[in-house]
Amino acid sequence: MLAFYVPNLPEFIKNFIDGLLEPTTYFILSVVGLWAMIQFRAVWTRGWFIGSAFGLAVVFYFWSLTDENFKLIVGKPDNVPISILFFSLAFFLWVAFRKMVINDRLLDKGLPTFEHRESNRRVYCWPDRVDTEFLVLILCTVLLLVWAYYLKAPLEEPASLVKTPNPSKAPWYFLGLQEMLVYYDPWLAGVVFPTFILNGLMAIPYIDMNPKGCGYYTFKERRFAISTFLFGFVVLWVTLIILGTFLRGPNWNFFGPYAYWDPHKVVSLNNVNLSEYFYLVWLGRALPVNILLRELPGFIVIIAYFSVLPPLLANLFFRKFYKDLGFIRYQTMIFFLLCMAALPLKMVLRWTVNLKYIVAIPEYFFNI
Amino acid sequence: MKLITDSQIWKSIFRHKYPDNSRDQALAVLSNVFLHLHPIKVRKSGVRMSFTWCMGGLTFFLFLVETITGVLLMFYYRPVVEYAYNDIKALRDHVPIGIMRELHRWGAHLMVITVWLHMLRVFLTGSYKPPREFNWNVGVILLVLTLLLSFTGYLLPWDQLAIWAITVGTNMARATPLMGHEGPGAAFIQLGDVSLVTAGSDVRFGLLGSKTVGAATLLRFYVLHCIAVPLGAGLLIAVHFWRVRKDGGISGPM
Ligand code: HEM
Repeated sequence: MLAFYVPNLPEFIKNFIDGLLEPTTYFILSVVGLWAMIQFRAVWTRGWFIGSAFGLAVVFYFWSLTDENFKLIVGKPDNVPISILFFSLAFFLWVAFRKMVINDRLLDKGLPTFEHRESNRRVYCWPDRVDTEFLVLILCTVLLLVWAYYLKAPLEEPASLVKTPNPSKAPWYFLGLQEMLVYYDPWLAGVVFPTFILNGLMAIPYIDMNPKGCGYYTFKERRFAISTFLFGFVVLWVTLIILGTFLRGPNWNFFGPYAYWDPHKVVSLNNVNLSEYFYLVWLGRALPVNILLRELPGFIVIIAYFSVLPPLLANLFFRKFYKDLGFIRYQTMIFFLLCMAALPLKMVLRWTVNLKYIVAIPEYFFNI
Repeated sequence: MKLITDSQIWKSIFRHKYPDNSRDQALAVLSNVFLHLHPIKVRKSGVRMSFTWCMGGLTFFLFLVETITGVLLMFYYRPVVEYAYNDIKALRDHVPIGIMRELHRWGAHLMVITVWLHMLRVFLTGSYKPPREFNWNVGVILLVLTLLLSFTGYLLPWDQLAIWAITVGTNMARATPLMGHEGPGAAFIQLGDVSLVTAGSDVRFGLLGSKTVGAATLLRFYVLHCIAVPLGAGLLIAVHFWRVRKDGGISGPM
């Protein structure tokens, strides 16, 4: 129906985007995007700017649906939530950044923020709070009813462990973790890192000692906290979900959003372990037979990463943090920070020098 | 109208007049067990939708939607390999304008989104700072439970989508350090020559009830999905709300 009135998305746009996107460029773009979002927050949060950008994004999204391949994957019933997540996250980031910009300006002038002005005024819950809730409840009900009426829940063939779909994917909210499997083995990507993510989240209130910025929107009083959290949530979590769902096809190969998922696409993989670099390439001799000796360089790198970097960073960049947080809090913070950085670092090492494992002991399933 | 509101029945239900004055506004909240989750008065800044995005409330609402639609689905669904798929199929094929399954499924997806956005808003307003550290932690556990609810429910339709998503998801568990049979260190856990951590005894086995996703898994996930996790989540939501109140209501600058 729709396609009848709307011309297809021009091929050259599709080719351009498909050609541009790779795991590398995709990730770099998302990092640059976050940086720009923070850096130029005073500009893009203005009504006309965000309004037109949001409008264009929506138009482009629906226009893209004229492409069969795009529609096939984005239109899958269980993937619809990801589109909703994308647009609602964009919207709420706008709300938050807008308030941050305005409040920061007030703070600069020494004036009370929006929230400061109102927080001492108390209003009755009935009706002020209760009607907001009621309104939201009704809107949400309507949305759900419409969604449920027009989009049927999927039901595929009966379950069979004999017929393996390619690609096999976890539910969408775990696809960031599944994407991590490209760079780290399951024991890390599927078990250890998720545990650390949760522990890191739980530690936040106990390591963020900044007394400012509680109960109101502000960026300038919490630069580091907000930037780090957004990097973790927006770049490492949400954009990797989008990558894992929309751009990973058969054999977990990367496909552009408009590309056909060719199950026979062959990507040559010649990744090299650190031990091989060290002994074969740099020392020009055979790999030692002793496993521990073989992996010694890797172990040194890992140990140095977690033991040398923290004091080094404390002296270089985080002087003030170290002073404010004290030893234990600082160590906790830096540990989680380094774990978080481990993913992008491994990505970069993979893309630049084809590094496979830093420590590789497949004999005991111990690969890092 | 007056006749109704003056009747004994009406008065036995509503212990206050129409809430257009402060006394009745207070009573409207106080005398209602549901509304009295709220304080009588709240910070003006905390009432604004642009401050809370109403995301916590929405998450809770979706939790209720899931409970109600879930109970209805339980009437028709049997967690046995022979029936499960056909029961779901029957819901699709034999119920005119049947949207119960859709409401439940899309509601669940939406709840995952709202819980994330709620966390984001709590972070961006710095609302995890003292005195709300503990409630943030209750929240993190609620986040895990929300994902677990969604994950365990994903298996129940027992179609290809379900079984493979759960297979991929739970395959991770076999790599758990020390406790999964393909995890680092598991090989060292031995009694004499006998390895203690095998495909038939590791954490993944405990989760699935078998070596692959099968009948035992379906039952396990069903019980977790319909009883264990919702009870845990319900309990923690109560704690969460209680603490929101005790920690001084929705956060605002001092
Ligand atoms: C089932 C999941 C959850 C439900 C139903 C829920 C519900 C709520 C509600 C209704 C509020 C009142 C204010 C608001 O709506 O924003 C609230 C506040 C709060 N929530 Fe949650 N929440 C959930 C998960 C979480 C998560 C995942 C976190 C963080 C990791 C969290 C942390 C908090 C904190 C710290 C507050 C106090 C905020 C303030 O005082 O401004 N909650 N929650």
